[in-house]
Amino acid sequence: MLSYLSRRILWIIPVLFTVSIITFALMHAVPGGPWDSEKRLPASVQARLNAEYGLDKPVHEQYISWLGGFVQGDLGPSYRFRDRRVNDIVADGLPTTIQLGVMAFILAVLVGIPLGIFAALGHNRWPDYVSTSLSIVGIATPSFVLAILLIVIFSVQLGWFPTGGWKTPDAWVLPTVALAGFPIAVIARYTRASMLEVTRKDYIRTAHSKGLRNQSVVSRHMIRNALIPVVTILGPTLAFLVTGSFIIERIFSIPGVGRFYLDSITTRDYSLLMAMTMLYAFSVAFLNVVVDVLYAYIDPRIRYS
Amino acid sequence: MATQVAVQGRAEQRGRAGASLWRDAWGRLRKNRLAILGLVLVFLLLFAGIFGPIIAPWPYQVQDLKAVFAGGGGPLPPGSPDHLLGTDQLGRDLLSRLLDGARISVSVAFVVQLVILLIGVPIGALAGWFGGRLDNLLMRFTDVIYAFPDLLFIILLSVAFRETFFGKALDGLLLVFVAIGITSWVTVARLVRGQMLSLKETEFVEAARAIGVTDRKIVTKHLLPNGIGPVIVAVTLGIPGAILAEATLAYIGVGVQPPRASWGSLIAEGQKYIRSEPHLVVFPAIAIALALIGFTFLGDGLRDALDPKLKGKQ
Repeated sequence: MLSYLSRRILWIIPVLFTVSIITFALMHAVPGGPWDSEKRLPASVQARLNAEYGLDKPVHEQYISWLGGFVQGDLGPSYRFRDRRVNDIVADGLPTTIQLGVMAFILAVLVGIPLGIFAALGHNRWPDYVSTSLSIVGIATPSFVLAILLIVIFSVQLGWFPTGGWKTPDAWVLPTVALAGFPIAVIARYTRASMLEVTRKDYIRTAHSKGLRNQSVVSRHMIRNALIPVVTILGPTLAFLVTGSFIIERIFSIPGVGRFYLDSITTRDYSLLMAMTMLYAFSVAFLNVVVDVLYAYIDPRIRYS
Repeated sequence: MATQVAVQGRAEQRGRAGASLWRDAWGRLRKNRLAILGLVLVFLLLFAGIFGPIIAPWPYQVQDLKAVFAGGGGPLPPGSPDHLLGTDQLGRDLLSRLLDGARISVSVAFVVQLVILLIGVPIGALAGWFGGRLDNLLMRFTDVIYAFPDLLFIILLSVAFRETFFGKALDGLLLVFVAIGITSWVTVARLVRGQMLSLKETEFVEAARAIGVTDRKIVTKHLLPNGIGPVIVAVTLGIPGAILAEATLAYIGVGVQPPRASWGSLIAEGQKYIRSEPHLVVFPAIAIALALIGFTFLGDGLRDALDPKLKGKQ
């Protein structure tokens, strides 16, 4: 197990390395540079800026110097916000983004799993129809649409929550719900299918026939077994929530890091873009390892070697 | 004696399976009400996408300024004369723009999956068939692609090539196709590889090899047709994701270029008028929802129909 784990974690390094090379190459292949703003800078100023930031060197030298900084934890200077280091920008926004992602994740699990169980236990009766309809709505509504609808209904019409910001806890509600809508639906569908699958298993029939009360068959045998496959989608879900929050952050003007992703591409803020990409790639790769390990932990039948 | 009969029986069954697999699947699909609903929605979307420009009351980019001025300057509400679903702030007919959006969604739905199939099936088949180093390389590469946050990579590609010739082709649609396709083909490649690996060991492949059928023929005549079921399911279930990605791109303003009307860009534009004219957001949102529901139901139905054992999984 330990050797499996260390192999998986070490494997993240070459993955990140490849991701960084692809992004770096793509980014520099793009025409334009960080100094093309509305006000065009004179060529001499641009040349001086390029020299100062090392942008006059060949791309591979720039990459090596970026990589050198990265492994020492230095993400470089931001080209757009010239008085700031990328480290500071990330450190400022990351806690908010993580908080939003984790809250949405908890909401998705707390609502999605019971919704799926509820549907499966009332299979082909009204609980199933209610829960399935809800998850269809969740799957069919993109997060930005859900966000707009929530703002219109709960902020503009009812005035219950602010339309944006992040300062007070009541501002957290709508973004969290908007972000969690889709994962709730996915988790509910998955849980339902998994529960229905388990219902047909021999050990459930055995549990019933040895006279266990229905309630304990459900809680001790069905749910525990049904949730095992559900765990596999939780990793991608959490990754989706962390990386997918940028659109929600934009709509609700939340001071996280997500909003910098698009901005860093359009303004050619190379170091910020690299930092964001590496951050996301690391989260996805790392969460996948966590899920695999968790999977082996809750299902003793699985052994990694 | 008994074993001989059994073997014969099995052989007969297998002989018929090729022709009846699809008929069986269709029989099961037909009984699934949700799948039929999905099929109907998909056909409606296809119809709107293909014949949209013919049935649209207005060209999607034409501004009916006279009607807008007569109405006081803002977007016209639904039910206005000449504009069944109203207009946007520039007097462009919303129904016609929705139909143009349908055309974009349909092309994204099918072209992206075509790109995915063209890349994913050959690579997956080669990796599964030859195994070894090629297979290793593919699996390692899949890890990298999976670690790439796909929507962000699509955005990077879209913004990066927006100003180039390639980015402007087909009003920016070509770039959207390629960007979404590049990030999604690995799932199909993995699936095909898995199918190859399991089918490679079957008796009919061994038999084919024993009578001297070439590798190429075995792959194209035996393995691909037998392994195609799950691929069709994956492709159908991948369509909602592609439609959603396109709408999201357009919503943040990096996808299809104006004046083309993606449902995503319609929502982005309509958002500004949401308090007074909610229909500008609601109708495109309904259109997206119906398209996503249609392909999801059809995909679920196909999965249950093509492989009853898989029912409910994935």
